[in-house]
Amino acid sequence: MPPQQPIERHTISVIADNEPGVLARIVGLFSGRGYNIESLTVAETDASEHLSRFTIVTSGTPMVIEQIKSQLDRLVPVHRVRDMTLGGPHVERELALLKVVATGEKRVESLRLADVFRAKVIDSTIQSFVFEITGATDKVNAFIDILRPLGLVEVSRTGVAAIARGTEAM
Amino acid sequence: MSSVADATSPDLRAELTGSEIVLKALVDQGVELIFGYPGGAVLPIYDALFQQNALRHILVRQEGGAVHAAEGYARSTGKVGVVLVTSGPGATNAVTGLTDALMDSIPVICLTGQVPTHLIGNDAFQEADTTGITRPCTKHNYLVKDVRQLARVMHEAFHVATSGRPGPVVIDLPKDVLFAKGPYVGPEAVKHRSYNPRRVPEQARIAEAVDLLMKAKRPIVYGGGGIINSGPDASRLVTEFVRRSGFPCTLTLMGLGAVPAADPHFLGMLGMHGSYEANMAMHDCDVMFAVGSRFDDRVTGRLNAFSPNSRKIHVDIDPSSINKNVRVEVPIVGDVAETMKAILAEWDRRRAEPDRKSLATWWGQIESWRARKCFAIAQGADVIKPQYAVQRLYELTKDRETFITTEVGQHQMWAAQLYRFERPNRWMTSGGLGTMGYGLPAAMGVQLAHPDALVVDVAGEASTLMNIQELSTIVQYRLPVKVFILNNRYMGMVRQWQELLHGNRYSESYMDALPDFVKLAEAFGCVGLRCARPGDLDGVIREMMANGRPTVVDVAVDEKENCFPMIPSGAAHNEMILGPSGKDSPGRPVSEEGMVLV
Repeated sequence: MPPQQPIERHTISVIADNEPGVLARIVGLFSGRGYNIESLTVAETDASEHLSRFTIVTSGTPMVIEQIKSQLDRLVPVHRVRDMTLGGPHVERELALLKVVATGEKRVESLRLADVFRAKVIDSTIQSFVFEITGATDKVNAFIDILRPLGLVEVSRTGVAAIARGTEAM
Repeated sequence: MSSVADATSPDLRAELTGSEIVLKALVDQGVELIFGYPGGAVLPIYDALFQQNALRHILVRQEGGAVHAAEGYARSTGKVGVVLVTSGPGATNAVTGLTDALMDSIPVICLTGQVPTHLIGNDAFQEADTTGITRPCTKHNYLVKDVRQLARVMHEAFHVATSGRPGPVVIDLPKDVLFAKGPYVGPEAVKHRSYNPRRVPEQARIAEAVDLLMKAKRPIVYGGGGIINSGPDASRLVTEFVRRSGFPCTLTLMGLGAVPAADPHFLGMLGMHGSYEANMAMHDCDVMFAVGSRFDDRVTGRLNAFSPNSRKIHVDIDPSSINKNVRVEVPIVGDVAETMKAILAEWDRRRAEPDRKSLATWWGQIESWRARKCFAIAQGADVIKPQYAVQRLYELTKDRETFITTEVGQHQMWAAQLYRFERPNRWMTSGGLGTMGYGLPAAMGVQLAHPDALVVDVAGEASTLMNIQELSTIVQYRLPVKVFILNNRYMGMVRQWQELLHGNRYSESYMDALPDFVKLAEAFGCVGLRCARPGDLDGVIREMMANGRPTVVDVAVDEKENCFPMIPSGAAHNEMILGPSGKDSPGRPVSEEGMVLV
């Protein structure tokens, strides 16, 4: 093996036929070959062509990342694979829903911080809020960390969706 | 998914049952032979089979045998091997063969029955999640829930199985879909939307490769099974390159026959049990030209000591094989024949001449390694050395059209080392998966494709027992397959590793109660022959060759013979053990890290 290569984090976009089992194929590839999935987001993006887009955040040495891309690309239902991290400037966003249960000063403070982070309140009771926040993973992480001592009881996040900047389409 | 052209001609509009669509698609794809075993879920297909004459069905004795037979058929003809099994246990029995075909890149289509669509997921009788189970052990698989998609899926499956890096494809067929009526479309109407692998290499890469090859001082060509898969042209072109350049050439287990063994440029097989000269040349070369080979761990030995001073060119049709284990300087994605054509054209265009002076020095070095005669054995008068048995088999069969299959273990390595293959597609062995029980059913498939050829399964007694039921099939179809058992009463390779790695503790590798193979053969309706003395060997082999009947030959060989040379796990190519300990071997053959490797 070559001298220890550094572990890198990459965001990979995949366009594949939206057919039964395609998610299992992709997930099975990662588990079967011992690759990491840090997050995975998938939905149909073209109903008329029955295409889905997967955004996979993974980590590994450059050699492993190259393998992951080649292995994904040779799956029969996969049309295109793109390494967003290597492919030039791109934006990544994820959405999180966060439930905070608190009263008094903590409740007020959570609302104030939500404003700072540009999170929206999408549900409230007199003892709780549900915040919706959208942003890069780091921003979502920061908001979660800051809410933790203020009564954060539940987190639901979508994982990363990514797209290249500029005119070029995948 | 694919686009299906409009059915314009009148006969295309005629509706067929699912079963009829399956059979018509097979015939339109040029299939003549299928290997199978009936059961509840595939009865409609068997009924349709009964009412036609275009397809011949070979009834095996266990579904695993059907897949290996299809592999043998495919590997010896270059065509697709087709399997038909029922749902549940039929499909699960096929799993080992499918994995074997995936590892060795053999094109196989496996049709599996399934419970009717409305029962899927209900734990119905003989239900298994076949597409779920076979997803990691096939190149692709399909569950056909709508008869209108059936013809398209059938043709698409052939495209997927044969294009790019070949492999097995499963089509799971619920019983109601086989009864339902739907339209048929021919193969020409189906074009794949996403799967169209590259065949022709990039010209820029070809130029880089030729640059490297022209400047090489100590080159080696390292060819693999991809040459065989690419077709006879690929073997011819690789051989032509080797001869014109004067470069030495080694082949992997799966590549044997791609370059004639008699060619003086051929150094023998490389890898764990490869020849001394091939492995030393791999270690010391300065330019490695890997063609249709995949740097498997059995080939490379310890990766950080693998050919440390060479620049490497790697030709493979599967981009995921490139830079997987070993980083290469010139990756070329393409079909071997197409790539070799381009390389030879570029070679001619530049009027390339290799560095003859350096090459002569390099050959001098190689000849000194060759002079070690690493496969030499001393055959005495009393006990048959297994290597001697293979050598005699080769000498007596080499002038006939002969195909060799093997089981897995020591006998397989001896056959690979000592049987000399002059042409591609004559050698069928389970390389990647190492499936004991492969050889007998594979030989069956080979014999069906080549009825007049001599087909010999070089076997071990332990492996043979894993699919011994197929003797019944070869008798039913009067296939004169020869099972040539090198019987050492041990799982020989397991015993060898226990000797070298586990202090001679032969844990469960000895078979206390072996059958009498002669009587066993006779019970199945085969001829049984036995041989225990070196002097009788030629006579027994001649008898086996002459009788024209399915024959089992039980050759009692030296029980403690080990397979050498050997690169112990975790060692480098230049750390080979050439013979039994004391002779040419280090005190402790296997490192701590090597112990944990398989």
